[in-house]
Amino acid sequence: MHLEESEEAALAGEHGEIMQMAYRILVATGEASDAERLIPIRWAHLSGVNYNTIGGAGEEFLRSISSKGAKVRVRTTLNPMGFDADSVERYGLGDEFVSGQASIANSYEAMGVTQSFSCIPYEVFEMPRGEQVAFAESNAAIYANSFAGARTNKESAFSALASAITGKSPYSDLRREGEEEGAASNVTVRMSAKEPDELTYGMLGYFAGREAGGASSVDISGVSASAMDRRQCKAMCGGMGTSGTCAKFRFVKEGDGDARGGGSGDRPETVEFDDDAARKVRDELGTAENGDVIALGSPQLGLWEMSDLLERLRGRSFKKRCMVFCPRAVKEQARKLDYVRGLERAGCEVLADCCTCLSPLLGSDKVDAVTTNSIKGAFYMNNASGVGVDLKPLSKILEDETE
Amino acid sequence: MKVLVEGRAQGTVLKSEMPINFLGAVDKKTGVITDRNHDLYGKSVGGAILVFPSGAGSSVGAYTIYALKSGGAAPAGMICREADLTVATGCAVAGIPLHILDPDKFASIRTGQHLVLGAD
Repeated sequence: MHLEESEEAALAGEHGEIMQMAYRILVATGEASDAERLIPIRWAHLSGVNYNTIGGAGEEFLRSISSKGAKVRVRTTLNPMGFDADSVERYGLGDEFVSGQASIANSYEAMGVTQSFSCIPYEVFEMPRGEQVAFAESNAAIYANSFAGARTNKESAFSALASAITGKSPYSDLRREGEEEGAASNVTVRMSAKEPDELTYGMLGYFAGREAGGASSVDISGVSASAMDRRQCKAMCGGMGTSGTCAKFRFVKEGDGDARGGGSGDRPETVEFDDDAARKVRDELGTAENGDVIALGSPQLGLWEMSDLLERLRGRSFKKRCMVFCPRAVKEQARKLDYVRGLERAGCEVLADCCTCLSPLLGSDKVDAVTTNSIKGAFYMNNASGVGVDLKPLSKILEDETE
Repeated sequence: MKVLVEGRAQGTVLKSEMPINFLGAVDKKTGVITDRNHDLYGKSVGGAILVFPSGAGSSVGAYTIYALKSGGAAPAGMICREADLTVATGCAVAGIPLHILDPDKFASIRTGQHLVLGAD
């Protein structure tokens, strides 16, 4: 990758230790994505916020760089943390976790990062169509590229941080104009599962991300974006972000892929996502018959999902605890609209700033198994939290778990 | 071959045929693979030359790589077939040598083999 004179100087350490680290990260990012130069970005979204995910080492790293004066140069938002400060004392988390989490939040604040604590920046903020951004949260990167018309790599926590500090990112395939030039995948996944709901689309995303191997995008046939509702789109982005390296999917008509040819000139392969393939994903990630608690929101719920949930409950209440995860901005709006009170009356705990994935509120010391409609949540609960997962679409959760 | 992060490393190869989601599938304190569906389930990546197709999944996996290094449980070096940003930047910050190999060369590496990265 070619660097300009000032960028070379920063890499050599002439602009301080923080800039040197940031440029080292950008160079590794550029080499990994075969970019030839750096370009400006206008918004960075960071991951690496939850103390459960980055631990003491991550907390110390952030404390160190913020104390050395690291500052973000462009608008920078960030992912959920481990709990909702409004109710954390009710959940019996250890002091180490609470103070470690507070330190992480303080470090980001000192760097000038907006404390949005959300994995759905595309629903909290207006998306800049056609603009270059750097989103580390995998579902958000895929959503930005596939549905919102923005451009981003599937950034890592560090590449997004380096982009926030420098205001730049490598000009990779995914960032280039024109769909045909960049990001062509060699795999087309044909959706033929019957009567799909959001869980099916989560599984389709998970399956497609895995089938695409190390590719940066994957083609989907057999369904069009207009046939999917927003919940299904979010679920698909969440599923794909979990299993693969893909930063984008695009809907193609059947047969288009064969004519276009893949990135390397090989004939693209078509893989079927049918009921059988869906069952296999469900068997892999659905590891429990019953959950002790219901978790909704991975990705976090938007305001429209809170309103929809309340409407569908129609006076019924959950028979067991139901945790509803949303961004702070959504919780505030939902409070004003009286949705929070309505949901609490129906037995929900409405939690801002955190998410189903890797929240200590859903750790194995607290629960044995969780009921959810999220494939993303299911993967991390099974593998990282050591908690069993009962997978069901929202319609079935409402049918089985309310009275 | 492409060197994404320079440096010298040597060790015994631990090879996987499956991508690794460092956030969900690796214990950041012990370096043990915790994903039951992974072909390295129960094995520790510490001190090894870790050979795998690519990273996958969470962007936060970069912090896991950094945490492994801080806690002394990181691989000595890594070799992938495809570059991805999570592994590349995690290795860049942690100072773990990372090489990308052509598919043929990648296929020829076996678990248990002794490898030196970054030799002249």
